[in-house]
Amino acid sequence: MSVSGVIARQFDRATLIAFACVIVLLLIGAMVEPAFLSPKYLIQQLHTASFLGVVASGVMLVILLGHIDLSIPWTIGVGGMMATGATGFLGPEWGVTLAVPFGVFCGALIGTVNGLGVAYLRAPAMIFTLGMNAVAQGLMVYHTGGFAPQDRATEFMRELAVGHLIPGIPNPLLIWIILGSAIVFMLNRTVLGRRIYAVGNQERSVFLSGVDTRKVILACFIFSGACAALTGVLLAGWANRSYQAMGDPYLLPTIAAIILGGTNVLGGRGKYVGTIAGVILITILQSMLSVVQPQRYFAQLGVDIPADTFRQVVFGAVIIGMLLIYGRQQLVR
Amino acid sequence: MTVGSEPADLVSRPKYFAWIGRLSAAQRGVLIAMLIFTTMFLVYGWKQAVGLSPNMINTAANKGALLALVAMAQTLPIITRGLDLSVGATFVLSNCLASSIVVGGPVATTFGIFGVLLLGLACGAINGVIIVYGRLQPLIATLATSAVYFGVALAIRPQPGGAVNFELADFMTRSSFAVPHTVLLLLAVVVFIWIPYRRSVLGRAAFAIGSSEQAAYMSGIPINRAKMLAYTLSGLLASIGGILLTALTYSGAAKMSIANEYTLNSIGAVVIGGTSLFGGVGSAVGSIFGAFVMRTVGDLLIVFDINPVLQPLFVGVVLLVAVSLGSLRVLRIKNRLDIYR
Repeated sequence: MSVSGVIARQFDRATLIAFACVIVLLLIGAMVEPAFLSPKYLIQQLHTASFLGVVASGVMLVILLGHIDLSIPWTIGVGGMMATGATGFLGPEWGVTLAVPFGVFCGALIGTVNGLGVAYLRAPAMIFTLGMNAVAQGLMVYHTGGFAPQDRATEFMRELAVGHLIPGIPNPLLIWIILGSAIVFMLNRTVLGRRIYAVGNQERSVFLSGVDTRKVILACFIFSGACAALTGVLLAGWANRSYQAMGDPYLLPTIAAIILGGTNVLGGRGKYVGTIAGVILITILQSMLSVVQPQRYFAQLGVDIPADTFRQVVFGAVIIGMLLIYGRQQLVR
Repeated sequence: MTVGSEPADLVSRPKYFAWIGRLSAAQRGVLIAMLIFTTMFLVYGWKQAVGLSPNMINTAANKGALLALVAMAQTLPIITRGLDLSVGATFVLSNCLASSIVVGGPVATTFGIFGVLLLGLACGAINGVIIVYGRLQPLIATLATSAVYFGVALAIRPQPGGAVNFELADFMTRSSFAVPHTVLLLLAVVVFIWIPYRRSVLGRAAFAIGSSEQAAYMSGIPINRAKMLAYTLSGLLASIGGILLTALTYSGAAKMSIANEYTLNSIGAVVIGGTSLFGGVGSAVGSIFGAFVMRTVGDLLIVFDINPVLQPLFVGVVLLVAVSLGSLRVLRIKNRLDIYR
């Protein structure tokens, strides 16, 4: 197949709708505030989006399998807190050098337990990962309660989150680009990618064709845990410290971004480009709400409504609205 | 267990245990949850220096009843092989509304209660419409509506506070003749909501849909109405829980952590109560005992001198173990192909 054919195949209807929404949002924003279309603002948005993009990359693979990973909030927390607290486990020297790999490794461990539970015990992913989320939360609360851990980000983590290795491109964006390219290649050009789509469509047939589907599932959950932890590491570098509920605001946006990008919740269908579109859409939407500040208009009317209300309501409404356009299931017949 | 193997099983068992074999899967689940709860609660009472006082039982019942109501709310969609991740948010939203309108004289309070119950019904009905007529995945749809409901709760009560009719709150938290009123409330919910629902056509239809939606459709079962009813009643039960929370805390608070905790624990309680996450089998009565088991875990940590910050860890482990025990059927499957979907 020609190169243009491969590229064209990546853009399905949902992806195009999501990208169109991004452009419409930007244009509306530009009418209110012309700075919306400046390169500085756009790069800044992509910088913010890359945190969501990294975590969404992992979860997308899990959703492609027809499972879901609800343990991401506290896996992000584990990634951040273990990276900043690595000196407590590995000693002052190794703890600084290996802070980032250690954080990601701890996230991968959570992913491993998720994968074993879902693939080998055949527990429903939704419930098992929800339980793992609580376990990770408990462990982290114990970690901070038992002794005062180091919560400052190392110099390298700081550099990873706010520095520019290539001038003009923030490091997290660079990480997202590399990670994303690797995933696009993996999904389209490798055996593992084919198997992920196949398992999402019908695991039984894949098993009958001689593939150990359980290993595919396990691998995706480990990857999802590692990605979430990497986001935690980046967020800790960004805020210069780690804190307990750092992953809590990420569950809904992550799943929303993937679903809005056209990935089927039941698995088997979805393009990574769609997830990119979804992540950018969600980020711009969040940014718009903080710029437009609808609560001000209500305050003028004498109604005091917290800003978070609009974020939550708009988020929920947008997800449902977009899904009603292209995410509906087939009728039972 | 196949039908053909049952007679042999009954013969091999002593006669007086034969009734266990005749129980349905759901009834057996309720029985197991009851046993676990009784054991745990007896250990709890035994470890307490002063023994079990009526006061302590009252406190335990109040805490457990909150989760029991939310867990019952979670049971109905799960029986149809769905899920409601918005029960926690509906619970918190009802709490916030109740702390604003369940105040004043007896008449105002009564209207307030009806208002909150209507809100719960509306939340549930919105979920139902989106899932049934919008044909969206229950998981995603309720995750999204939970954000909306939480946002509304935040608008009603930006800061924790509010008030509640004192007589109502006092009555709900007391006990008569050592029977906590919250237990009577649970009993009333079972007798007036769960049992009629279980015996109604649409209630039976919910079980049929959970077993096989395709077969249910082929048999002419009213799928849409049954699912609508399940989600709507779920919202109603969650809002009853919200009113009870207001009565227990004398205030309302829009906290995401509360909503998440109750949603998570409700699923745990449903699983422990013997309801199958794959739909078609289950009982709200089991969920009540499941909820009390989840709550007693926390109490046990305290009497055994384990750091209370570890509670989420233990709740998570209990949930994982409960789900994994349900997975033991993997070991019994003879044809490996049946493991895979």
